[in-house]
Amino acid sequence: MVEFTAVIGFGSLLAGFLGALTGLGGGVVIVPMLTLLFGVDIRYAIGAALVSVIATSSGAAAAYVRDGYSNIRVGMFLEIATTIGALSGAALALYLKASVIAIIFGVVLLYSAWASYRHQEHAMDVQPPDRIATWLRMDSAYPTANGLKQYHVRGVPLGFGIMYIAGVLSGLLGIGSGAVKVLAMDQAMKLPFKVSTTTSNFMIGVTAAASAGIYLSRGYIDPALAMPVMLGVLVGSLGGARLLAGAKVTTLRLVFSAVIGLLAVEMIYNGFAGKF
Amino acid sequence: MGNEPETPKKADVGKGHMDASTDKRVDQLMGLLLRTGVLLAAAIVAIGGAVFVARHAEPVGSYRVFQGEPVQYRTLPGIVREAASFNGRGLIQLGLLLLIATPVARVAFSAGAFAYERDWVYVAVSLFVLAVLAYSLGSGHG
Repeated sequence: MVEFTAVIGFGSLLAGFLGALTGLGGGVVIVPMLTLLFGVDIRYAIGAALVSVIATSSGAAAAYVRDGYSNIRVGMFLEIATTIGALSGAALALYLKASVIAIIFGVVLLYSAWASYRHQEHAMDVQPPDRIATWLRMDSAYPTANGLKQYHVRGVPLGFGIMYIAGVLSGLLGIGSGAVKVLAMDQAMKLPFKVSTTTSNFMIGVTAAASAGIYLSRGYIDPALAMPVMLGVLVGSLGGARLLAGAKVTTLRLVFSAVIGLLAVEMIYNGFAGKF
Repeated sequence: MGNEPETPKKADVGKGHMDASTDKRVDQLMGLLLRTGVLLAAAIVAIGGAVFVARHAEPVGSYRVFQGEPVQYRTLPGIVREAASFNGRGLIQLGLLLLIATPVARVAFSAGAFAYERDWVYVAVSLFVLAVLAYSLGSGHG
């Protein structure tokens, strides 16, 4: 048991490190690692990934909330969509075949890798105020090098809709769906990029908790497997976040995005070949 | 809550808005809550893991075929009972339950903070999210 725990723990540490560095999150790397490398059934893999997602996002959110980046009103409001989505996703997971889940996973992974490669922090034009966002008091400000910068929030209904999908994917696949959440806030709601990523992170824990309860009661969360995964991803992502803050890691990110793209293709292939 | 604008023009909008220093305190408390929950959960999982690994030299079962966890590792009373008898896997599950409870506690905290701010729309939003989470955690535990 020591060897099994150590190997899974070390792999998870790398996955957490990689996930933090690419901004994809640890969960998205854990599932292909456990299924493709260790031959773990995808349902156990999803259960273990889900708890590691809660650990890393809550840990990171603690720092972002304190520094005033996350927009808590936007986050709370959109959590209505993500938690209901997560419930739907977890319910859907009970009816879909493992190979179908694997294929969906591969496609989402491919999108996430592409989005993380493409996404750059871009200058945002000042947006005019929006009626719904104003009523919901979402407009806020965030810290920049030149002090607090005000911003207006837009596109609440579209953002809400995309968030529901993010929740479904999170509940179905055991991931944080950070890439889809950022799409909703950055593209649809026109939030500043830094606010989008940190608010996404803030929401991931609650979204994952909504489906984790269902997975736990269905027996998808195995303690002996979840233990090294959760601890490994947590330590790895803390290390990755620290490195990200200090160094310029563009090349490294590019390489990792490519690796994740390959894993995604393999999951899709295996899904169609019926290997799950 | 969150990062309310600090300029006087914005702070005057609406009634019951808090000043920036109260905001900061709420944010810091929330950060502390999240960090404490994760660290405590990780510590319990690590202790449970150490107990489990020490008692099981050989791998337990296979993960290649999905069987589902035995009932004592998937319900709250079962997990508490196993953890209380210092069973390694029971302790790990207790830590994981605490981890799942951390974001739930954060939502409950938000509801309280919004109520303090007299922001009833967001009190309702927080309570709704809390109800969805309660439904999820309660399902299958009956």
